[in-house]
Amino acid sequence: MKEYLYKYILGIADNSLILGQRLGELCGHGPSLEIDIACTNISLDLFGQSRSYYQYAATIKGGNTTEDDIAFLRKEREYLNLLLVEQPNRNFAHTMARQFLFDHFHLLLLKELEKSTDFTLSAIAKKSIKEVSYHARFSSDWIKRLGNGTAISHDKIQIAIDSLWTYTDELFHQTEADKTMVSEGIGVDVTKFKEIYLQKVSDIITEATLKTPETTWFQKGGKQGVHTEHLGYLLSDLQYMQRTYPNMEW
Amino acid sequence: MITTEQQIIDRELISILEQVADPEIPVLSIMEMGVVRSAILENKIVKVAITPTYSGCPAMDVIGDDIQKALLDAGYTSEIKLILAPAWTTDWITQKGRKALQDYGIAAPLDPIADKEALLDQKRIVRCTNCGSQNTKLVSQFGSTACKALFKCDDCQEPFDYFKCLK
Repeated sequence: MKEYLYKYILGIADNSLILGQRLGELCGHGPSLEIDIACTNISLDLFGQSRSYYQYAATIKGGNTTEDDIAFLRKEREYLNLLLVEQPNRNFAHTMARQFLFDHFHLLLLKELEKSTDFTLSAIAKKSIKEVSYHARFSSDWIKRLGNGTAISHDKIQIAIDSLWTYTDELFHQTEADKTMVSEGIGVDVTKFKEIYLQKVSDIITEATLKTPETTWFQKGGKQGVHTEHLGYLLSDLQYMQRTYPNMEW
Repeated sequence: MITTEQQIIDRELISILEQVADPEIPVLSIMEMGVVRSAILENKIVKVAITPTYSGCPAMDVIGDDIQKALLDAGYTSEIKLILAPAWTTDWITQKGRKALQDYGIAAPLDPIADKEALLDQKRIVRCTNCGSQNTKLVSQFGSTACKALFKCDDCQEPFDYFKCLK
């Protein structure tokens, strides 16, 4: 039971950590100053959220475990984030499409998690909803702008959505830990809002004069710790300081 | 974790806490920001509960240290606790705080969709802090800190910050 709760929290927290790291890569490299700042602001929100989850997870794990151990010292297979969030930035269209596809899921997830019987998870969710509403607005606006922009921006965002779509089915997969937490009233039954998500996302895609992909082949594995090759490279950056100078602190 | 729907602050501590400035917006005290949710003197120790404006707010550690220092200078030892519930809202910024923000050049938060409407060229209600014109537009929903958006005035052409509404 404790082990399931721990894994359940990581499943949510790791999405924020890994996506935060991806967006953080744009610090100083954004296509314009405003977007650079926006992406790193979103990154900061996500890191803040993952910190709250990891602090809680550390108390459940017990012993001398700290939030930093959980964030920095796990092996690749122990990260339980969705495949979607670890996908590389490639170009701005990819970065926004990834953000857009995740934000709407994230918001629906948090709105359910707010009702959790677990006080801490509910409090983190309530706090995060306010931030993620801004993220979803930002990424949705960019989908519309790029779709309605030039022929080139239109094509690029369509390609990005098409190539990331294969990772969207996993958002609604449930692990053993998920199912147990749902039955305890702690976790969120993600299957409940799959239709709402698809409707919301395809409405915006349509408004952006783009096409919702009709892919039927989907990738999965992140929730079980089986990742795409991209995560390893991301972690080598993320974990560099702690691996090189063990136990270093600010 | 403590849950405080309202603020509970011992009267004698108010003036001390009012002297602690927000590290990112130095014209505002942390009291005017509504960051301090409770401060109670118990067995000679002041127990302070603060709440972050945004989850990733990097100012929280500094705010905690500054509170401890201010209280120590006034002769109190203190314990700082970070609480997440209820979540901070811009409604907790006091009238005095809103005025200080405006004077500092940051437009005070209006309603939750003011910036969206500005982006989509609908109602323009955010007032330029430089010339007072409402002919302003949103440049970016994310500004110099997590709590601010970047605006530009189409009349005086000056950029300015808008404190995002969080409800």
